Amino acid sequence: MESAKYVSQKVSKARWRPVSSSFLQQPEIFATGSWDNEENKISIWSVGNYENSGLEDGFEGDPQLICENKHDGDVLGLQFLDQERIVTASSTGAVTIFRHHHNSQTISVSQQWVKAHHYPCDNAPCTAVVCSSPEIITVGEDGRIIVLRADQDCMAQVIENADSSTIHAVTYLRTTEILTVNSIGQIKLWDLRQQSNSASQILSLSGDRVPLYCIDRHPNQQHIVATGGQDGMLCMWDVRQGSMPSSLMEAHSAEMWEVHFHPTNPDHLFTCSEDGSLLHWETSSHSDMPSFLQGNRNSSVTSRSAMALAGGNQSLISAWLNGDSSKSRLETTHMLPSQTLSVNSLDVLGQCLVCGTDGEAIFINKQVPV
Amino acid sequence: MQNISGIRPGKRMGFAWGPGDILVYETQNKASGCAFIHVVRKDEDIYSPILRKLFNESHHIFVGLQTIKDDLPSKSKKPQFVSISRNYRSVIRACMEELQQAAVSANDTDMATQYGNQVSILLAIELIWNLCEVLFIDAAPAGSLLLHLLDWVRLHKSDVDEKAKGVLQSDSPAEHRDYWDVVCVLSYVLQGRLEDTRKMLMKQAMLQPAAKSMYKLMDSLLSKMPFYNPGGTQTLTEFDVKWRNWHEEVDRYLKDNSFASNQHLEVICKILLGDEDVLLEHKELLSTWYYFLITRLLYCHPTVKPTELHYYAQSSMMMFLDSGVPEPLDSILLAAFEFDIHQVIKDCSIALNNWWFVAHLTDLLDHCKLLQSHNLHFGSNLREFLLLEYASGLFTHHSLWQCAVDYFDHCPEFGRVYLELQIERVPLDTERKALKVLRICEERQMSEQVRSICKIMAMRAVRNNRLGSALSWSIRAKDAAFATLISERFLQDYCAKGTFSDLDLIDNLGSTMLLSDRLTFLGKYREFHKLYGEKCFSDAAKLLLSLMTAKIAPQSFWMTLLTDALPLLEQKEVIFSAEQTYELMYCLEDSWTFLFHSFNTNQTQFDEDVEVTKVEMLRLALARNLASAIGSQD
Repeated sequence: MESAKYVSQKVSKARWRPVSSSFLQQPEIFATGSWDNEENKISIWSVGNYENSGLEDGFEGDPQLICENKHDGDVLGLQFLDQERIVTASSTGAVTIFRHHHNSQTISVSQQWVKAHHYPCDNAPCTAVVCSSPEIITVGEDGRIIVLRADQDCMAQVIENADSSTIHAVTYLRTTEILTVNSIGQIKLWDLRQQSNSASQILSLSGDRVPLYCIDRHPNQQHIVATGGQDGMLCMWDVRQGSMPSSLMEAHSAEMWEVHFHPTNPDHLFTCSEDGSLLHWETSSHSDMPSFLQGNRNSSVTSRSAMALAGGNQSLISAWLNGDSSKSRLETTHMLPSQTLSVNSLDVLGQCLVCGTDGEAIFINKQVPV
Repeated sequence: MQNISGIRPGKRMGFAWGPGDILVYETQNKASGCAFIHVVRKDEDIYSPILRKLFNESHHIFVGLQTIKDDLPSKSKKPQFVSISRNYRSVIRACMEELQQAAVSANDTDMATQYGNQVSILLAIELIWNLCEVLFIDAAPAGSLLLHLLDWVRLHKSDVDEKAKGVLQSDSPAEHRDYWDVVCVLSYVLQGRLEDTRKMLMKQAMLQPAAKSMYKLMDSLLSKMPFYNPGGTQTLTEFDVKWRNWHEEVDRYLKDNSFASNQHLEVICKILLGDEDVLLEHKELLSTWYYFLITRLLYCHPTVKPTELHYYAQSSMMMFLDSGVPEPLDSILLAAFEFDIHQVIKDCSIALNNWWFVAHLTDLLDHCKLLQSHNLHFGSNLREFLLLEYASGLFTHHSLWQCAVDYFDHCPEFGRVYLELQIERVPLDTERKALKVLRICEERQMSEQVRSICKIMAMRAVRNNRLGSALSWSIRAKDAAFATLISERFLQDYCAKGTFSDLDLIDNLGSTMLLSDRLTFLGKYREFHKLYGEKCFSDAAKLLLSLMTAKIAPQSFWMTLLTDALPLLEQKEVIFSAEQTYELMYCLEDSWTFLFHSFNTNQTQFDEDVEVTKVEMLRLALARNLASAIGSQD
């Protein structure tokens, strides 16, 4: 059970700072961005490990605000570039790098591309940002994909009119390939080396063109990708095979804003949605081995497998692509105690989960069962 | 009254009311005028970052309260309501603490005073709420009533413990100058904390061994005072008898001067007997009339019934405030003691600048079925009126409008109408915000608003040449007319440039093609181009023809389609059969008639000539094709 920390600003993004050395270390610092405020902010918080033994079941002391800085426009995207720098995407179309100074515990603007995303005579919101230091890739409502390099003011590469509709999210597939999702329900694969203006591959769901809002790639098996969109369905895709999703699962009753595979334990997946819920998905690929732990399991979801995968050794096919079928079991758990306003963002690292909501609250769980 | 900064003093002002603000401007006066409009906010509280937490947390509690089912009898729901009331109060307290800390650490004296003011308002609010919880929601009967009221007073008079700590930590507590204050009057005896009194007295007793027997007597009297135990087997009457006996015993000891030699102990004794004059002598320590009231009740009439409270309250207030004029807080508390809920709510509404308190308290009391249906003249009841006012105020906030939606949802009569009017005015800066607003409207089947929002976003997209976005908004609104508009744009672009823009969109329309005829045509037309590109000429030809004969293509476009047919007609092999050629000819003549009638004075002679030439070429090509087709048939 988490408790809420009310922060007087609607939280649009929350991200853990990556832990540097051993994987045994739990993350302690996270950053949040706000939206829909007259003055938006980017804030850095600390959840120290307090020695109180009386706390059970994941409840920790309140996160403490370390520092914050004004942010022009809504924070629509936020990523840690490295231990000190954070990149944000703004609704004014700007992409900004903030530097967190550990000594003075302050945060300041380090670099900014002011009108990275724009229309001919107006600003266009920059909707997402993803980075792999020193490269930063941003996408926006203007349908542009921009490749930037930290410490270089000029834009390394701009794909104009990459999409005729808004690009909502982007993720790396390989070091030189990225995937974007847009308002007409398409996943596009881009090969950045080719410097072309059109996508290498387009995948989409036949039938309704439901807008897609988030995408995440499986940490180990790079061909598996999960997306979520307006109808709250979780789709699993295999980018090598065909242009259709492998499985569809009903997840939420409203827009799904973020989907994340657990970085070190990819049998676990997390999704959050406008309907105020945060789901923890766990798959187990061997039906004869019950691997369930304790916890409030209250719903297993229905799903449809869009098509059977042809050929191939069944045991090598990831349980995710099978969805909820006889070959694998899928369990979901609600992670928030009660109904809240929209959960806009989540991040999971190690055993720690942080999420931010439109109810101006942050929830932290430090004992996620993974 | 306040001067508005920015308007020169002495100038005349004009104004206009807004939902939560006033727009003010300097009026023009002959030559001079001012180019500025000032926004004056009435309610500062919703913009205070610490108070904002109050609004969010209470919203969460409010939504939880509404989901309590109505079918259970109210008796079993009482503990739930009490716990919800406590939740609200703990939220207020948390806010108060934070404001207190902020006031202490503020650098700016203005800010510090502002925080200080907010703290005192919250203190008063919590005091009132707590009293309402004790009297109305918990509704304790005689016996327990006094115990709850004692708790209430103790909670709000916590400086006592701090003083006691100071005394106890000194080297010789019994000789500390605050000792008798602390022991004799303020906290312990006046608050009925007799155990603590006895402990403190023991320290004094050790210093004065000569008066040992007197202290022992006082100690035994203090220990014997009966307190009502609601969970116990003793009835109220039995307790009353026991208490009277004790009271008489104390009176006897006072009358035979057992404590005459020690002034302090005598005062304690008189207080134990509920001597009002002695109590009033210690006004400073009591500090408020309601504290005086509770102490008086404790030592005169511990079995007070709820219905008797108002008499004691009025008299206590009059005795205590001899200067006469009660403050707003005093009259509110008095109204509560008189069980006049409506008066409490009315007075609070006037005294406070924000509807938060009255709205939430009234809602809770309404759930406890304590408000009689008090119909106001425009039809809704008191609870709904207050909630609507509160939510409307929230809606003017750039961020808290999302909380307001839930409040409107739970106002059965006018909530929906208010919401419909307000939600259309939320500024839509980004797609993400528009999506959230849309979701709110769709969940409540507000189709008008859905259409209107989608149209705004789609128009904006078209203006910025984002045709794919525009199309996705039309799909969301199921707006066929707009989809047609977008398709026209695409077709115009094609006619102008000769190629399609945004192929990724048109190639992948899927079932959305069916949304509008024009869109279907666009999709099929693009298919024709693809087939041609792949050299599937006969399929392309069939498709092209069907576009015209099935009337999928708009008449204005037929000429372009026929021109597209030219390369197929010019091919060496015969693609169009004779049948098809006849149909094409028919289409051509139809198209020419249409075109001819559409010629107007704006067409130049040149344009007309171009069209005529095109038609001639087509006629020739068709004739030749017909000949080849017939010839190859044989």
